[in-house]
Amino acid sequence: MSVQDIQEEIISEFSFFGDWMEKYEYIIDLGKNLPIIDVQYKDEDHLIKGCQSQVWLQAELKGDEVQFTADSDAIITKGIIALLIRVLSGQSPKDIAEADLYFIDQIGLREHLSPTRSNGLLSMVKQMKIYGLALQQVKS
Amino acid sequence: MLNPSIISGKIDFDRIRADFPLLQREMNGKPLVFLDSAASSQKPRQVLDALQHYYTHLNANVHRGVYKLSQEATDAFESGRRAAARFINAGSEREVIFVRGTSEGINLVASSFGRKFFKPGAEILITGMEHHSNIVPWQLACEQTGAVLKVVPVTDSGEIEIDVFENMLSDRTALVAAVHVSNALGTVNPVEEMIRLAHARAIPVLIDGAQAVPHMRVDVQALDADFYVFSAHKMLGPTGFGILYGKEKWLEQMPPYQGGGEMIKTVTFEKTTYNELPFKFEAGTPDISGAIGLEAAINYMEKIGLDNIQAREHELLQYGLDQLSGIDGIRFYGAAKQKASVISFLLDGVHPFDLGTLLDKMGIAVRTGHHCTQPLMARFGIPGTVRASLALYNSTEDLDQLAAGVIRAGNMLR
Repeated sequence: MSVQDIQEEIISEFSFFGDWMEKYEYIIDLGKNLPIIDVQYKDEDHLIKGCQSQVWLQAELKGDEVQFTADSDAIITKGIIALLIRVLSGQSPKDIAEADLYFIDQIGLREHLSPTRSNGLLSMVKQMKIYGLALQQVKS
Repeated sequence: MLNPSIISGKIDFDRIRADFPLLQREMNGKPLVFLDSAASSQKPRQVLDALQHYYTHLNANVHRGVYKLSQEATDAFESGRRAAARFINAGSEREVIFVRGTSEGINLVASSFGRKFFKPGAEILITGMEHHSNIVPWQLACEQTGAVLKVVPVTDSGEIEIDVFENMLSDRTALVAAVHVSNALGTVNPVEEMIRLAHARAIPVLIDGAQAVPHMRVDVQALDADFYVFSAHKMLGPTGFGILYGKEKWLEQMPPYQGGGEMIKTVTFEKTTYNELPFKFEAGTPDISGAIGLEAAINYMEKIGLDNIQAREHELLQYGLDQLSGIDGIRFYGAAKQKASVISFLLDGVHPFDLGTLLDKMGIAVRTGHHCTQPLMARFGIPGTVRASLALYNSTEDLDQLAAGVIRAGNMLR
């Protein structure tokens, strides 16, 4: 599925939630079920420091696709990471570098990717795109 | 449960709440429960009106014009200085320096006093519960002068031990810089005793009073503080304005902090002479409205009475602790015997960021994180806490909402 198709799928899923509680219960569930990052990558090199919560991100090129794994010490941050990984993991480096992640806005989570939130998520998205750019060059 | 409309003494605090227009707002569709006053307090209509009045009727630069409007603006501005001097019982208005806030006040002393008095090997003694604002300026001064920073350790209850403090004072100690009330824990430090012990060795003391002045009567002469610093915006006044109180004997000896207009007497390209106190430390056009807003805030607090405010907040603090303490897995940080208006806590197995995010969805504004006290959080081995901080306009209902919100969020997260 393309970056856009997955985003549309998520937007459609979120449209069924009646209120913020259902939405956050879902995000918390996603956070709890996010596959745990390999412990060897949970180090300083893979750490994205936020003021409020911390994020670890690891990327790997498998064939033409980039596989991301990630973790956070905060469960809501982890849930949003799960969504970002669902959209970007398994995509080509080029599609990752060029991705317009409009779904975050559409499902009402923009506040979590604002620079003032400092939970590491905005830096994480930037880092994912940098991986996309860098891995494009590896390929070519 | 207590009667939800506690009335301390003769003051009707429900009516006081109505003076704060912002508290009528809704947040995420819920009535706002504002429990982050330690970060910045809300402002009563009286302060907002004073600011509006200044810009509508008095706006002109101060200490400059011969014209009447400038004179009126100067009078209103200097009236703010008199109010600030009265508020903390300063010996003279010459000892009241207008600054941008507590951080700038501390930076001023660290830079100016440090340049004059810190020698290589001299020690600056702080406590382990300082805000970054009362750590970093001293580290900068240490780098520049060769002085070294010493830290009085914090106990498990979030206090310092006075005999440990006393033992750390030495012939090398050039200055003590300590927080009056901890922003992260609410601990009220025994600053009067600390100052007495330091003065017994002729060591001057700076007190960071940012979290004290909104909540209790402060008398800098009774404390005998050499420097006392605070911000207007944490005590119902406007942002970007604060006070550095300093004893005249120190301020006279200290070199200027910044150069510019206002702080000079005469300027030639060969030699500049400096203005007298307090203007020597006030380069450039000051925040005129800040002084006027601060006076309105002081008048407001004095009308209610600092003792009444303190008693009211103590009741609220106790009420809040009672409501929260029954919650499964809650841990409080800061169990000092003397404590003011801050409840810092964690829920077992819950990240403070997650708890704060869900409370926000319920319209409850608390602070989460390290509260600009990373060394203190490291001492407790935690990434941060959830902090509910109180002001005179809070109610028992606010604390009921907080307790209910924490339970609800805890159920979602665990």
